[in-house]
Amino acid sequence: MKVILITGRTFMQGVGMEAGKDSDVYKENAAVCYITVDDMDKLGIKEGDNVKIKTKYGEVVVKALKSKDEHDGIVFIPLGPWANAVMGYETDSAAVPTFKGIEAEIEKTDENVLSLEELIRKTYIEG
Amino acid sequence: MHYTDVVCTFCGTLCDDIEVTVEDNRIIDIRHACRVGASKFFKASDIKHRRTKPIIRENGREIEVSLEEAVEKASEILADAYRPLLYGWSSTTCEAIKYGVFLTDLVGGIMDNTATVCHGPSVLAFQEVGYPSCTLGEVKNRADLIIYWGSNPLHAHPRHLSRYSFYPRGFFRERGMQDRELIVIDVRRTDTAKIANKFIKVEQGKDYELVSALRYVLNGGVLKKDYVAGVSREEIYELVDKMKSCSFGVLFFGMGLTQSSGKHRTIDNAISLVRDLNRFTKFNIMMMRGHYNVTGSNEVLAWETGYPYAVDFSRGYPRYNPGETSAVDVLVRGEVDAALIIASDPVSHFPKEAVKHLLRIPYISIDAFYNATSMFAKVYIPTAVAGIECEGTAYRMDGVPIRVRKIIEPPEGVLSDEEVVRMIYEKTMEKIKERIEEEAAEKVIV
Repeated sequence: MKVILITGRTFMQGVGMEAGKDSDVYKENAAVCYITVDDMDKLGIKEGDNVKIKTKYGEVVVKALKSKDEHDGIVFIPLGPWANAVMGYETDSAAVPTFKGIEAEIEKTDENVLSLEELIRKTYIEG
Repeated sequence: MHYTDVVCTFCGTLCDDIEVTVEDNRIIDIRHACRVGASKFFKASDIKHRRTKPIIRENGREIEVSLEEAVEKASEILADAYRPLLYGWSSTTCEAIKYGVFLTDLVGGIMDNTATVCHGPSVLAFQEVGYPSCTLGEVKNRADLIIYWGSNPLHAHPRHLSRYSFYPRGFFRERGMQDRELIVIDVRRTDTAKIANKFIKVEQGKDYELVSALRYVLNGGVLKKDYVAGVSREEIYELVDKMKSCSFGVLFFGMGLTQSSGKHRTIDNAISLVRDLNRFTKFNIMMMRGHYNVTGSNEVLAWETGYPYAVDFSRGYPRYNPGETSAVDVLVRGEVDAALIIASDPVSHFPKEAVKHLLRIPYISIDAFYNATSMFAKVYIPTAVAGIECEGTAYRMDGVPIRVRKIIEPPEGVLSDEEVVRMIYEKTMEKIKERIEEEAAEKVIV
């Protein structure tokens, strides 16, 4: 399914970040994406299923969570290395990359969510 | 020991009313802080889970070394580099940033702070059209219309609404939130939007159009379209009326504006809207700054070099051209051959292409906490947590400098960012002098 990807801070991602980047609470709150109930139905997934997000910059597996907000067609990922694996790097000469509004394809997957270190080794160093 | 009026060094709100109870150099109780802030205080005091020894990585092996050895290695990397990047500088004190400027100047590198991926576009916009702003104290005492645009403070600045903008009673706002109106403009109904008096849902990436429509109506234009950027004509007229008729309005904006398409042009337009509004009433605009001292980082760089971020010293004098001299761009283009990353975690927060280059070059990570960037660094130096284990100066998001305090002792042998950067600066200076003398001696022999 085609969606628009946006990233941003969530409270629990902040708590996880302050608890430590290698902590479970960080992974539980950053290696996720928020999808609306209607979009979940369209994808044929339920909360807690893993999804693969693909953009022209890369792909990543994260856990799908139900969004309490109304934003059909938009998928929200907390900022962090999982989000950045599929974000663009063009800054349009404004220094800041476009972290919001990336076209993406999302699908259900059986693949596991990588830990922070595995993710960096596999997609950043070897990829 | 019970401390009052402690400053929390998490976000740009710099709450200065925290109460902390310390026993045997351990923080056992925290009052008033939000959960993110409290988490930082407890983590600092949890010595068992902190790395307190510097590390050097050689051939995939991790070796614990003394601080002096780590500083020696770090200076070697910087002195050997042709054009290093010195990045971060937002979750540390102004005193450390000052030595950072000296160091970057010495090694002919590029100094950039986290504003480059956050409010950098806002800074570009002020340079075009100015920044009609105020302090958070004025907001608390005077503001009757609060707008958050592309910002979700309940998640990113959890106490912003309760300390300054919406809930508190102020001198002219005696009844607190009953004397104020809260409007949220966002692409999704965020938790902040849910408590607002009004939520306006804008289509993703169309903020520029909405700002333009508001300015058009404000300046007497007649809107013929039924919807602009997904917002109905009635809502636009109603919003313009509210903005014109309030007595003190504030537009707080966040990453929703700076990181979407349009970037600095959208901010430029939003500032122009606020400027236009000042023909009718008193209106202000303010950036929702993330890192607790990212404002201070811009201030120190600006007063030392004339530029607030993305400053390149490689020609021997400071030069500034975001897009060319900014951290993500120089990394993506592979233009830097070494790096020093302080008080920041670009491996977690930069796009993949930029991180890939960083992981290929030797770099030093200086941080109170071991993070994803530290995991792959050639040299990692732990430091004391500013505002908890050492003091210094930080700037709140409204540009008010606040002295952050020391309430517990850092782990043994762990120094502040300021001291570590100063040591690296002095050592690098020695190395560069030695090299110049050696080269001069060789020339004499020839």
